[in-house]
Amino acid sequence: MFAYLVKRVFQAIAVMFVISLIAFAIQGNLGDPLRELVGQSVSEEVRQQLRDELGLNDSFMVQYLRFAGNALQGDLGTSYFFKEPALDVILKKLPATLELVLGATVIIIGLSVPLGVFTAIKPDAFLSRIIMGLSIIGISVPVFLTAILMIFVFSVEYGWFPSFGRGDVVQVWGYWETNFATFDGWMHIILPSIALASIMLPLFVRLIRAEMMEVLQSEYVKYAVAKGIKPRRIYFVHALKNTLLPVITVGGVQIGTMVAYTILTETVFQWPGMGFMFLEAVNRVDTPLIVAYLIVVGFIFVVTNTIVDLIYGLVNPTVNLARMGA
Amino acid sequence: MSLLSVRDLTVKFAMRDETVTALNGISFDVAKGERLGIVGESGAGKSITGFSLMNLISRPGYVDRGEILLDGEDVVKMSDKRLRELRGDKMSMIFQDPMVTLNPVLTIGQQMVETLLAHRKLSREEARQISIVKLREVYIPSPEERLDQYPHELSGGMRQRIIIAIALLLDPQLIIADEPTTALDVTIQADIMELLLELCQSNKVGLILITHDLGVVSQMTERTLVMYAGRIIEAGRTREIINDPQHPYTQGLINALPQQTLPGHKLRQIPGNMPSLTNIPPGCPFNPRCEFATDLCRTHIPEIARYGDVEVACHEVARLQAGGDRQEQSA
Repeated sequence: MFAYLVKRVFQAIAVMFVISLIAFAIQGNLGDPLRELVGQSVSEEVRQQLRDELGLNDSFMVQYLRFAGNALQGDLGTSYFFKEPALDVILKKLPATLELVLGATVIIIGLSVPLGVFTAIKPDAFLSRIIMGLSIIGISVPVFLTAILMIFVFSVEYGWFPSFGRGDVVQVWGYWETNFATFDGWMHIILPSIALASIMLPLFVRLIRAEMMEVLQSEYVKYAVAKGIKPRRIYFVHALKNTLLPVITVGGVQIGTMVAYTILTETVFQWPGMGFMFLEAVNRVDTPLIVAYLIVVGFIFVVTNTIVDLIYGLVNPTVNLARMGA
Repeated sequence: MSLLSVRDLTVKFAMRDETVTALNGISFDVAKGERLGIVGESGAGKSITGFSLMNLISRPGYVDRGEILLDGEDVVKMSDKRLRELRGDKMSMIFQDPMVTLNPVLTIGQQMVETLLAHRKLSREEARQISIVKLREVYIPSPEERLDQYPHELSGGMRQRIIIAIALLLDPQLIIADEPTTALDVTIQADIMELLLELCQSNKVGLILITHDLGVVSQMTERTLVMYAGRIIEAGRTREIINDPQHPYTQGLINALPQQTLPGHKLRQIPGNMPSLTNIPPGCPFNPRCEFATDLCRTHIPEIARYGDVEVACHEVARLQAGGDRQEQSA
């Protein structure tokens, strides 16, 4: 187990190294940072002097090593726009995004498992056909369109839900701002969560259905029937457990992907998270903030995948984590 | 009254273009504690017979007509609830390949205990104790530890022993074993068969052994059915069928056994292959491969009829019995 963990941590470090290299390489191609810093009224000599002071004339590797060294100490540069450390800016926006992803994840897990199982057990039922038809629509319609439609219907026409922002948030643990402490907060997070879930949910319903139908054809399910086990136990213990193993692996990757999808959802709903912030940073050519965002998102991706792999190892008895380090 | 009585069982498969008859009006009985062998080539309908006894034929297959009476109750017409009660309890099944029969994500203990709890009002601890006793009966070393292991931690032979233990958990009256050793190493096959025979005898359990191995049938069973293309073509006491087969197909099967051939000589075999179910020839399904086939055989299906101690479905045998002349061809 420990050896496996160490191995995974080394893999994660390697991945982070590549991500940081790519993110840093982007920096040099996003225009002249001096223009963003000092504007156009400064003379060329002063500019050259500033370039030397900032180390912008050093070779790429020297600049990268300096950047990486700082990054290891938690310094990802200073945002041009906010005049604050980029990491601090992102961390302030992080809770909003993570809560949005959490809301969407709860919706996806809560609905995809029962819907997937139902459509697998009763593939010919009228309801199953409707669910499968809707899932195709769900996959095909882009997130921003779903989001705008929902705002139009539920906020503008009916006025049930607010159309933008986080509403009343409450500070917990001195730092984290949460939506889940007030009624207003709950009302604000519902529409964005559904919008964010709208792409992944049909994907998961179809994935679970396909896996489950395959498992239901297996010998061990037939054997369970021959033993006289009750259908409910066959579906939810014998079949579902085997169904979810591959779903967990795909799901882990998708949670990471969802963090990236938040850019669209947050923009439509004016959700003050880091996806919205990233789009603004791109508009302002706030290079350090862009680089820091890429690194933080990459980090979230790596962490969730590592955790998912560990969970998979715990759930699947044929994976022996203790032996996998060797 | 016999424990199991199958009458005119016909199973069909609704394929895309046509309906295929996999079992064609088969009838047989199994007495309490009797051991019956069903032999035949692949595709003869042996496994389908076994599965239909448990009403485990799933779409696109279905029982077209006939009845399967287990202690007078018709399995074909039974409610799902009653079927569930019987499966695993009054009759149980041993599947072909132990590597894929047990659920990979559940422990041996979970898979044994759930079977007991599905049929009896017991506490988990009681069910566990019964499981341990049954594992001992099939000579599993340190059964307490096995209960907490997963199938992948055990060898194929060990898994098949566990499956036998599960089959015996609720003291059934009938066990259906579908080629229980085909997927196993040759060295283990004999052990498993011996174990199965010993347990059936000591527990007075009826056994239907489905196999293509005549040697196994001769050691394990009291009566034998020989199947060909979805029909029973010969049935009777195992000893008589092995020693004095009547149907040309059965004769061919026995002549094909290696011990019937002198060392260094070519093994004898039945020419041709069994017809696929979509393409069964008219008349006796065996006629294209039969050296005695006459015009009658090519047009009319022989009915199964009793001659002395055995039942045979063959025009030629019928003619001989009626006083015809045929040279003694069988070994």
